[in-house]
Amino acid sequence: MSTSVQHQPLITLNGIKKSYNIGLPNEAEVLHGLSLSIGTGEFVALIGPSGSGKSTLLNIIGLLERMTSGSYHIQGVETSSMDDAALTLMRRQMLGFVFQFHHLLPAFTALENVTLPALMREGSVSTAQKEKARAILAAVGLENAMHKRPSELSGGMQQRVAIARALVLNPPLVLADEPTGNLDTASSNEVFTVLRQLHADLNLSFVIVTHDQSLAARCDRVIEIVDGQIKRDEAIVAKVAN
Amino acid sequence: MLYALGFERTVALRFLREGRMQTVLIIVGVAAGVAVVAYISALITGLQSNTLEKTLGAQAHITVSAPDDNVSSARVPNIAGTTALVQTQPRAQRPRSISNWQQLMPVLEAMPDIASVSPSVLGGGLAVRGEATKAISLTGVVLDRYDKIVNLRSKVIAGVARLDPGDGIIGSELATDLGIRVGDRLLISTGASASAVTDSLRVTAIVDLGVRELNRRSVIVPLRAAQNLINLPGGATNLDISLRDVWSAQTLAADLSQRFPYKIESWQQANAQLVSALNAQSVSTSLIRVVVMIVVVLGIASVLVVSVVQKRKEIGILRAMGATQGQVLRVFLLQGAIVGAVGSALGVLLAVVLIWAFTYFVRGSDGLPLFVISLAPALAMRIALIATVCGVLAAVAPARRAAALDPALAIRI
Repeated sequence: MSTSVQHQPLITLNGIKKSYNIGLPNEAEVLHGLSLSIGTGEFVALIGPSGSGKSTLLNIIGLLERMTSGSYHIQGVETSSMDDAALTLMRRQMLGFVFQFHHLLPAFTALENVTLPALMREGSVSTAQKEKARAILAAVGLENAMHKRPSELSGGMQQRVAIARALVLNPPLVLADEPTGNLDTASSNEVFTVLRQLHADLNLSFVIVTHDQSLAARCDRVIEIVDGQIKRDEAIVAKVAN
Repeated sequence: MLYALGFERTVALRFLREGRMQTVLIIVGVAAGVAVVAYISALITGLQSNTLEKTLGAQAHITVSAPDDNVSSARVPNIAGTTALVQTQPRAQRPRSISNWQQLMPVLEAMPDIASVSPSVLGGGLAVRGEATKAISLTGVVLDRYDKIVNLRSKVIAGVARLDPGDGIIGSELATDLGIRVGDRLLISTGASASAVTDSLRVTAIVDLGVRELNRRSVIVPLRAAQNLINLPGGATNLDISLRDVWSAQTLAADLSQRFPYKIESWQQANAQLVSALNAQSVSTSLIRVVVMIVVVLGIASVLVVSVVQKRKEIGILRAMGATQGQVLRVFLLQGAIVGAVGSALGVLLAVVLIWAFTYFVRGSDGLPLFVISLAPALAMRIALIATVCGVLAAVAPARRAAALDPALAIRI
């Protein structure tokens, strides 16, 4: 397994604050001026206790939620002033998502779920895109399950389809929110191994939210969030060397 | 356009296929609504056409006659301090000829809206055969012209319509009352002059004019014979006009009244109650159509609202993957259009079946269909198009709701 971590930042967050119920008695700030940057090709684990704000941070990185204040650049482009349409296009071009509960579309087969991003972008799926989807499904070990509906697949298989879907258009940054949180240990290992393998093959950046310390230890960098602030940010390789 | 909307079309069709029972139910609902609208439209159109055909089949669209004979009150000098008491009694209307009717006919015939003009002499009289005497309505006509007004030849039930001098055509009820068959002779007597005028005619045809009272009283004779019987030599009491479009009668009658000093009456004026009934029918039909369409719209909207709630996660994931608000909006609008279009097609088919059933099963005492109803392709297309547009309109609110879903929130639920 080889990872080529580059120093050029892919994303940069500066002084990110996020509050909910602004102006109401139950207003709550969940992120308190958090700053970080992630480089191209990094494989980052985002850990922390429940309610620490890591999913909120992931949603902000994924342009699914807007921050209350601060700045967020993707490949040098400031995103805080973008309207919904621009954010959607940025999301489509730059980001891939893997969620805890896979969120496949039940009416589509595994292959159709994976070709959905291309269909969404182009309005049709070319033969080349279909071949690429087949190849990536084969890469995650699902060459024999391409024409099955999600309901016919196990949890681990469904999550691998979701990974294939997130990666099919080669987005520079893949965001995974507890991708193994809903799986047993064997499936969990299997899915994580797939993620690492794809990272090695495609040299994309990954940010993975997880509760599992053993999985976090298999990442290149761990960022620990506690009470909406970064408590720890360290590279695993450096830690081992130390 | 549907081809261009590859993503929207694919997702819309899959969503509809996924909610199979909901989709089937709402399509059946739309089909039932469209079938009711199409069937009622065809039924009322058929009924109105039949009524109009029966009514206008026996009368002119516009009738020109001599102005009424009015009595002018005597001039009384207005002396201060006195009141003039003037009382006039309406004059009995005797048959009067239209002045210059021979010159008027070509002028009317040259008008683009007018299909044909026929002069006639109308009057009352008695038909006598043996001991039997019946009051009749005498009509003197030029047969070829009159045939273009009321299509008389198509109403012949016995004999051949012919009006040579001494010939006559009578209504079927009168023939029964007087025991007359084709070829029998009949004595006509009128009291138009001080001494009654009588004429003998040979019945060449018996006709069914579609209205019992007309059949009981009608005697149609050559124009010249009627002129003699009514004592109007060379005159015509009426000019009967048929139009290319029956609904232009009122406007044209008003226009002619402005231009000519005659009494001019449209078929609508002569049949005011019928026109009111037809209008009431049309208004009722329109109300039924509107109510049914509202029900269809609400049905589609409610199913799509439920669908949006059920598919929140899918919508959230599509939005997270980069589907624009416009794409999500179009997915649901397309669902409304598909449901409307498929439901419309099935509804039109169902209406055709209902119309066939009506024609086949609902028959009069003579074993023939009561009246012909058919669904004109243009009407069917219009109803289907309106239902499809209603489907899209019904989808607007759910589609906006789906497009406005917060992806982060939708995924979290």
